[in-house]
Amino acid sequence: MNKCKSIRERLSGNEAVANAMRQINPDVVAAFPITPSTEIPQYFSTFVNNGTVDTEFVPVESEHSAMSACVGASSAGGRVMTATSANGLSLMWEIIYIASSLRLPIVMACVNRAVSGPLNIHNDHSDSMGVRDSGWIQLYSETNQEAYDNMIMANRIAEHVDVHLPLMVCYDGFITSHSIENIELIDDESVKAFVGDYHPEHFLLNRDEPIAMGPLDVQPYLFEHKFQQGYAMKKAKDVILEVSKEFEEMTGRKYGLFEEYKMEDAEMAIVVLNSTAGTAKYTIDRLREKGMKVGLVKPRVYRPFPVYEIANALKNCKAIAVLDKADSLNGAGGPLYTDVTSAMYTSNITSPKVVNYIYGIGGRDVRSTDIEKVYNDLRYIIDTGDMGTPYRYLGLKG
Amino acid sequence: MAEKKCKINANSTWQEMTPGGTIYDAANSLEFTTGDWRSRKPIWLQEKCKQCGLCVPTCPDSAIPVIEGGNRTDFNYDYCKGCGVCAKACPFNAISME
Repeated sequence: MNKCKSIRERLSGNEAVANAMRQINPDVVAAFPITPSTEIPQYFSTFVNNGTVDTEFVPVESEHSAMSACVGASSAGGRVMTATSANGLSLMWEIIYIASSLRLPIVMACVNRAVSGPLNIHNDHSDSMGVRDSGWIQLYSETNQEAYDNMIMANRIAEHVDVHLPLMVCYDGFITSHSIENIELIDDESVKAFVGDYHPEHFLLNRDEPIAMGPLDVQPYLFEHKFQQGYAMKKAKDVILEVSKEFEEMTGRKYGLFEEYKMEDAEMAIVVLNSTAGTAKYTIDRLREKGMKVGLVKPRVYRPFPVYEIANALKNCKAIAVLDKADSLNGAGGPLYTDVTSAMYTSNITSPKVVNYIYGIGGRDVRSTDIEKVYNDLRYIIDTGDMGTPYRYLGLKG
Repeated sequence: MAEKKCKINANSTWQEMTPGGTIYDAANSLEFTTGDWRSRKPIWLQEKCKQCGLCVPTCPDSAIPVIEGGNRTDFNYDYCKGCGVCAKACPFNAISME
C-alpha cells in the first residue's frame, strides 16, 4: 500500500464523514434527515448536485424507507451508504435486521443521540446500543479524524468475502458531529485505490444468474442462517485488523480493536466509548503527574466484541470502571459493562473489581472532574476492598 | 450453483446453506410442494364432468392440469391448498370437497 498525500483541513465530524462518502463515491445513498446526522445527507446532496460524485441520491420519506431503499440497492449489487441518528435508527429497526440477515454490506454513519422519550436531541449511545445485537458491525470513534478514518475503512470490512455484513460508524452527536477540529484527509486518488470497486459474487441485476433473495426461512433453516451471520461476525475481527494494517501503511495512523492509553502499569482503568475517551486521556495525564497509576481502554470495535483481547488488556488492573452512555434499565448494568465483565469472567480473569457508571445521558456534560471522581472511587475500592454497589451513576442529580 | 440449490433441504448443515438463504436459480417454485398445507381436499367426479373448463382458470395455483385437446385431468395435490373455489365454480357439481 502506497503512502497517501495528507491534506490538512479543519472540519466538523459530519463534514469529514460526508467528505469520506464523497471520496468513496458509492452507487446509492438513501437517507432521511434527522438531528444530529442531518448535515451528512445535506452535504452529500450538494456533492450530487455539483456532479462531484456519480451517486444516485434517494431522498426518501422516512428512515424505514431509507433503509428499505438501501436494502434494495445493495441487493441489486450497488455499494450503498446512509446516515441516521436516534429515532431515525429506531424507525429503521425492522429493516436493520433484514439488511444484516440478507448479508448486505451497507455502510451507515450513526451519529449517536438519545432515543426519545422524553424528547431529547443530544448525545448518548442509546440508539446504537439498541441495535447492538442486530448483526451489524459497530465501530466507535473518539474524534472527527477517527470518524473519517473508520468511514474510509468501512466498505472494505463490510464487503470482504468472509464478512458480508452491514457496518455502522458511530460517533457522538454534536460533541463530535458539530465540533470543528483539525483533521488530516487522504487524497481522493488514494481513497479510491484503497476502497476499490465493489463486485459482489451474487446480485439481483445479474442477468446471467437469476437469483431469489429473502425467501421464507422456516424451522429447518433460520437457525443455520443466524449461525452463519454470527460466524461472519467472528471472522470480521481479523478482517478489521487486516484492513486497519493496510490503512496504517497508507496513512501512518494505527487502529486496532481498541485503544490502550497508559495501560502498561495501570492499577486503575476506565473503559469508555467515543468522545469521553478524550476527556479521560486529559484527566489521566493530570492524575499521572500526581503519581496515580491510571489508564484507559477505548473500544473501537464493539461488534464483534473483542472478548479475549479486552479481558487480557484489563487483567493486571486492580479496579476498573466501565462507563456506559446508555442505561439498559435492567437493574443490572449498562451494555458495555455487561460485555466487559462477561468477557473477563469467560477469560478466567476475576481478580479486578469492576464497577459500572451510567453517565452523560441525554447529553449531560461530562467534565474532567467527573472522570477524576471515578478514578478516586477506584482508589477507594482498592484501598478499602469495599466495592459497594457496582451499578452506579455519574453526574446524576440527587 | 443449480446443483447447490437442489442439495439444500431440511437436513442441510450451515456449511451447505447459502448466505442469507439466497436461491441461486430461477423458476424453482415447482420444488416447493405447497399442497402440504392443504386443509380440505377437492375430489374430481369424472362421470359428472362435462369438460366445460370453467374450473381451470379459477385455481389460484396450477393444481388443475390441462392436457392436449383442452381437457382437464385429476387434481395435482402437490400444489392444491384446498381453497374450494373450483368446486363453487363448477355448474355440474363435479367437484366435491372433503
